[in-house]
Amino acid sequence: MTGAGRVLSSFAALVYVLILAPIVVVVMLAFSADNFILFPPSGYSLRWFQQLAGHAPLQAALWLSVQVAAVVTLLSLAVGVPAALALAKGRFAGRDTLANFFVAPLLLPTLITGLALLLFFSPLKLTATLPGLVLGHMTVTVPFVIRMMTTALANLPDDIEAAAATLGATPWRVVRRVTLPLATPGLIACACLSFLLSFDETVISLFIAGPRASTLPVEMVRYVEGRTDPLIAALSVVLIVATLAVVLVVERLVGVARAVGK
Amino acid sequence: MTVSRRLPLLLIPATLFLLVIYVWPSLGLFRNAFNEVGPTGAMVEAWSLATWRATFHDSFTFELTLNSLWLSSVSTLIALCMAYPVSLFLFRTDSRFRGLLAVVAIMPMLVSGVVRVFGWLAILGDRGLVNTTLQSLGLISTPLKLVFNWTGVTIGLAESIMPYMILALLAGFGRLDRTLEEAARSLGASPFRTFRRVTLPLSLPAIALAAGLGFVLSMSAYITPKLLGGGRVFVLATEIFEQATTNTNWPVAAVLAIYTLVLLLALLVVSNLVARRLQR
Repeated sequence: MTGAGRVLSSFAALVYVLILAPIVVVVMLAFSADNFILFPPSGYSLRWFQQLAGHAPLQAALWLSVQVAAVVTLLSLAVGVPAALALAKGRFAGRDTLANFFVAPLLLPTLITGLALLLFFSPLKLTATLPGLVLGHMTVTVPFVIRMMTTALANLPDDIEAAAATLGATPWRVVRRVTLPLATPGLIACACLSFLLSFDETVISLFIAGPRASTLPVEMVRYVEGRTDPLIAALSVVLIVATLAVVLVVERLVGVARAVGK
Repeated sequence: MTVSRRLPLLLIPATLFLLVIYVWPSLGLFRNAFNEVGPTGAMVEAWSLATWRATFHDSFTFELTLNSLWLSSVSTLIALCMAYPVSLFLFRTDSRFRGLLAVVAIMPMLVSGVVRVFGWLAILGDRGLVNTTLQSLGLISTPLKLVFNWTGVTIGLAESIMPYMILALLAGFGRLDRTLEEAARSLGASPFRTFRRVTLPLSLPAIALAAGLGFVLSMSAYITPKLLGGGRVFVLATEIFEQATTNTNWPVAAVLAIYTLVLLLALLVVSNLVARRLQR
């Protein structure tokens, strides 16, 4: 008796239909010719993609989101990877406590992190600024980078590093010439996922974004709150395709299931 | 020897960063809960319990709590009924598409929350998939109200927490031993009986953990109740956001946030206790 069995497979198939339904419907709606959400659409067109190409607020928000996500990714790796290296390779007192401290922000709901950051940033005039958004997103990405890279680095074979060290390499040289090159696939996957995490971060951004500095998810929430036409569906298709491309890269490098393994 | 004595120095940037941008703001949130709101609506620095007293004398807080708990319970239950078969399927399948199927199962996690809300509007809206289908079949004459109310929020929430629960279930299925099921089957138990008497009991700890996670996630979800609720669904999360941004009543927002956090911690402790007890 191997495999999943017919009854279980049918159940699972049914759930898969439900999981995919909202996404399939959004994709179809993106090509709608109607002025509002009507499903199935009465006709198909590319007009909402054209609208999207001329929509200034969404484009400004998209550009800001890309900037924020890029800076967040670089800074998170710069802060997180050294910490992960120390946690994975070091043997010192308080290591487990520190490891727990580093991932603690992931346990706090972003609703509460967002509120705490709003109260903290307001007197400092950091709300609705690029630095504010970057720091806010880093509360999510830094713990994520540390956790993911600690696992990736701890899984590297120790003996190659030991060999390099016996042959006279300094510890720093071992890290630079052996450890990091071996960890490159993990690093790239980690960078991709932090970019996506930042790009998609909505709740923290809603707290600290303002009319002058609004990220794409914030603009999307405001748009959907105000009106419901297929414009957001067209934007969604663009985002889904981009996300799938990134996920495929990650899957190729490390496997998504392992990368997101909570 | 790769272990250097200077290795712990690499922890300094991350530690400093989290102290300044996570620990300090969290303490600030706590501090704000003891401030007061003056007659002008501006916040007054104080060490008082006035905001706490006002918040918990308000029957609306009680209503929000019940709303949140009820919404989270129903969403978690629905999500569990969907996540369980998928996880069990992924755990057992020897399909060569297993990796791909796993990715599809956690797809909602990878797609922006706003996008999924939009998909549900197109499925459940007045002129959406469900209503147009039912109307063209002649089963209903006026569209069913499926969004901008609790129904829509519950469905959307169940879908959004499901991928996390699938991952939690998969991680907890370690104790499921195929040979025990085969033994039950060879001793004459029907497939349903085998499931009820062997598979289900063995997976109860995983279920408790996944349910705890789903519950916590739905209690703190904001986007789905906000957008699929259409301003008619009030839970703790939406109220915290309203108080903080629209009303700029920070002390009340802080009190509600701490209150929600305490509720979540209590729930996590309970679900972990239940999971541990079931493991024995």
